Amino acid sequence: MKLMTRLMGAAAIAVGSLASTPAFAEGGTLVIASTQVPRHLNGAVQSGIATAVPSTQIFASPLRYDENWEPQPYLAKSWDISEDGLSVTLNLVDNATFHDGKPVTSEDVAFSIMTTKENHPFKSMFAPVESIETPDAHTAVIKLSQPHPALLLALSPALAPVLPKHVFGDGQDAKSHPANSAPVGSGPFMLDEFKAGEVIVLKKNPNFFLEGRPKLDEIIVRIIKDPSALLIAMENGEADIYPFMAGSQEIRRLEKADHLAITDQGYAAVGPINWLAFNTASEKLKDVRVRQAIAYATDRDFITKALHRGVSKQQRSPIIESSPFFDETIPAYDTDLDKAKALMAEAGYADGMDLTIDYIPGPKEQQQSVAEYLKSQLKKIGINLTVRAAPDFPTWAGRVGGHDFELTMDVVFNWGDPVIGVHRTYLSSNIRKGVIWSNTQQYANAKVDELLNAAAVEQDADKRKALYAEFQQIVAQDVPIYWINSLPYHTAYDKKLKNVPTGIWGTMHPMDMVEWSE
Amino acid sequence: MSSSYLLRRTGYGLLLMLGVVVLNFLLIRLAPGDPAVVIAGEMGGATEEMLESIREEYGLNKPVLTQLAIYVGNVLQGNLGESFFFNQPVSKLIADRIGPTILLVITAQLMSIALGVFLGVIAARKPNGAMSAFVSVFATIGYAVPVFWTGIMLIILFASSFPIFPVEGMQSVKLRDAAWYVQTIDILHHLVLPAFTLAIIYLAQYARLSRASMLEVLGSDYIRTARAKGASEKSVLFKHALRNAALPILTVAGLQFGNLISGALLVETVFNWPGMGRLAFDSILRRDYPTIMGVLFFASAMVVIANILTDISYRWADPRLRGRS
Repeated sequence: MKLMTRLMGAAAIAVGSLASTPAFAEGGTLVIASTQVPRHLNGAVQSGIATAVPSTQIFASPLRYDENWEPQPYLAKSWDISEDGLSVTLNLVDNATFHDGKPVTSEDVAFSIMTTKENHPFKSMFAPVESIETPDAHTAVIKLSQPHPALLLALSPALAPVLPKHVFGDGQDAKSHPANSAPVGSGPFMLDEFKAGEVIVLKKNPNFFLEGRPKLDEIIVRIIKDPSALLIAMENGEADIYPFMAGSQEIRRLEKADHLAITDQGYAAVGPINWLAFNTASEKLKDVRVRQAIAYATDRDFITKALHRGVSKQQRSPIIESSPFFDETIPAYDTDLDKAKALMAEAGYADGMDLTIDYIPGPKEQQQSVAEYLKSQLKKIGINLTVRAAPDFPTWAGRVGGHDFELTMDVVFNWGDPVIGVHRTYLSSNIRKGVIWSNTQQYANAKVDELLNAAAVEQDADKRKALYAEFQQIVAQDVPIYWINSLPYHTAYDKKLKNVPTGIWGTMHPMDMVEWSE
Repeated sequence: MSSSYLLRRTGYGLLLMLGVVVLNFLLIRLAPGDPAVVIAGEMGGATEEMLESIREEYGLNKPVLTQLAIYVGNVLQGNLGESFFFNQPVSKLIADRIGPTILLVITAQLMSIALGVFLGVIAARKPNGAMSAFVSVFATIGYAVPVFWTGIMLIILFASSFPIFPVEGMQSVKLRDAAWYVQTIDILHHLVLPAFTLAIIYLAQYARLSRASMLEVLGSDYIRTARAKGASEKSVLFKHALRNAALPILTVAGLQFGNLISGALLVETVFNWPGMGRLAFDSILRRDYPTIMGVLFFASAMVVIANILTDISYRWADPRLRGRS
C-alpha cells in the first residue's frame, strides 16, 4: 500500500513537472472548458452555443460584428443594400480558400445560405430569401421577397457559416451529413479531432485569408459535464477559458482565483432571458388579471439579489435590455401584493386558486429555485402552487410543447435580431403544438402580429425601434410571459489571455485575435 | 474441459444477449419523451414538418415491434445503427470508449482482488487481532458507502485540497502531442482516483470473503499437517491455504464483473472518464435509443465473456470440476 502510494506520488510529480514546461510552440494552445455537448460542428443546420463556439472557428461567414452591433467585413469585403431593400449584394474577398485548398466562391455563399434556410431551425432568418444570384465568382446577390433588416445580423458567423459546396452539396441530407462531424471550412482554425461528447481539437489554419491571423496555434474544447470538476480544472489551470458560466456560486468561486478574470460581456446578441410563461389558453390563466396579479406578486429584486446572489440582472421586456430595440418605458410591475390581491378578486378568484408550475431541468438556481420561491410567494395572494419536476428535458419539453402545463419557468434566447429570437414566442402564427420554443403560451393578439410583421420589413432603424417599442408595451400589458432576469452568463479566463472575445457574440465569434501575452 | 461445454456456454451467452437486446429495447421505449423533440430541442426549436422528417429519418414513426424487428435484424448483421444525437455510427462511439472502460474496470478488478485478498489473508492469520478488526470495519464501510460519494470525496481531497491527482478526464489535453511514455504516465496518473474509487467497494468484499474462506481452510487437517511438517508460515498461508481458499473468490470475481461495469457508469460520470458508462448515462437523458442499446449490448457481452472466463478458470483451479459438465 505504502509502496503504491509512493509510486503514484512519483508519477504525479513526474507528470506535474512535464506539464509545467510548455509542451507547445509559440502561439500556444487555448483550452476552452464547456459543459455543453455539441451534436456536431455545423452551425448551418444546428443552433445553440455548443455547436456555435467551434463552428465559428471552423467556418467563416459573410460578415462579422463588432461590440457596437456594427457589421464588419469578413468573407464579404463590402456589401450594398438596394434602395427598395429587396436585394443585398455581397462583394467577396478573392483570397479566401477552404481548408482543403479550394477557393471560396459566390457559389459556396449561395449554397450555404439556401442550405441554412432549408435546414436551420430559425426559419425567420432567411425566410424572405427567394434566390441568390452569382454574376461572378466573387459577387453574390441575395434576392428578397420583402425588405429584411435582420438579414445582416443573420450573416454573422454564429448563424451563417459558409460551407464548401463541393463537400456538402453531394445530395445527402444536410442535417445528418457525415461532414457535419468532420467539417471543412474557411475559418481561422481547422478541425484536427472531434471525439463526440469529449473533446474538439482545432489547429491553426495557415492559409487563413486575413493576414497575420489567427494568433493561436491550437484551440481545444474540453467537455466537462460536471460543473464542480470544471471549476477545479479552471482553478488548476487545466483549462484557460470558461464561457457561458451562469451559476452564482461558480462565478463567486472563480472570482477568488488569482490568475483568472471574470467578465459578463460577450452575451448581448445571445440575449438569454429567464422567464415565467403562462399557458394563456388554460381556463384559470386566460384572464389577463390573474397573470398581472402573479406579475405584481413576484419580486424580481428578491430573485436577482437573494436567489442569484446579485450576479443576474433584472429583465422586464421580451427584448434583452442590452439590445438597441429595448424600450426603457415598459412597465416594470414593481412588487405590490395589495394590487395583486385586488386583481385576483376582480377576476373572481378572491378565494384563491390551485395552479401547477413546471420548470426546465437544468440550471437549478435559475429555474427550480425560482419555481419554489414562487410557491411560497404566490401563497400570499391565495394561489396554491404545486411545483411539478421533470426528470429530464424530454419530459419537460413534451409537457410544454404539448400545451399540457399552466405555468413554466424557461430560458429562451433572443439571438440578436428580434426577428430571429423574439417573434417566435409572440406571433399567433407560431402556435404549433408539439414544438418546443414556439408560441407555447398560445398567445394571440392581432395588434402584436401586425406590429411584429411590420417591424420585420421596416428598413428605417428609428421607425423599426418605434414599432418594437409599441409591441413591448402591449405584451407587458398582456403578460403572456413574465420576464424575470437575464441569465447571468459570465466568462472566466486566464489573465494572460489578450483580446478575449467579449463582442456581441462572445465566444460564438472567430477567435482569430486571441493570444497569450507572453 | 470439453469443447462442447464451452460451446454450450457460449450458446447460452448469445441467447442471453439477445434477451437483453429485446428487453432493453422495450423498456427504453416505455420512458416518456420523444427523441424527435429532444433532437429538435437541441437544434433550437423546430416546426412540425421538421419533427416529422426527424421521425421519418430515424424510423420512429413505425410501430414499435417493427422497429424492434429491424433493430434485431441489424444487430445480427453487426450493425448497431446511428446515434440519433451525434449522427455518427454507434459502433464508432463505442469503439472510442470501450478502451477507457476496459482499462478502468480491469484495473479496478485487479486492484480490488490483489489488495483485498492480501488484506483478507493477513486478517485470517490472527482472527481476533487488530488487523482482522480493521478489515471487518473497512469492509463494512467500503461496502456501505456509495461509489459516487467516495469519488467526490477523493476529488475534494486529492484533486482540490491537495492537488496531487487530476480532477477529471483520462488525459491532459495539453500533453496530446507529448512522447508516448509521457502520455502513458499521464493516463496512469489520471487512472489512480477513478480506479481506486471503483475498487474500494469490491476490495472490501474480497477482503472479507478471503478472510472467511481462509479461516475455514486454515482449520483443515492438511494445514495442520503442513505446519507439523515444519513449513514456514508464509508457505502455509500463500501456498497451501490460499490456493484452496481462492475458489469462492474466483466465483465472486466473475459474478462481480457485471456490478463492476455498472459501478463504472457512476465512476465515469463523476470523473468525466471518457468511457461507455458516461456515454450510456448521457444517452439515456437524450433518449438516444441506438446508443443506449449499443452500450447495453456491449456491456452484456462483457459480462457474458467474463462469466465464461470465470467458469474456465474455476475448472482450471479446481481439478475436481474438470470431469463434470
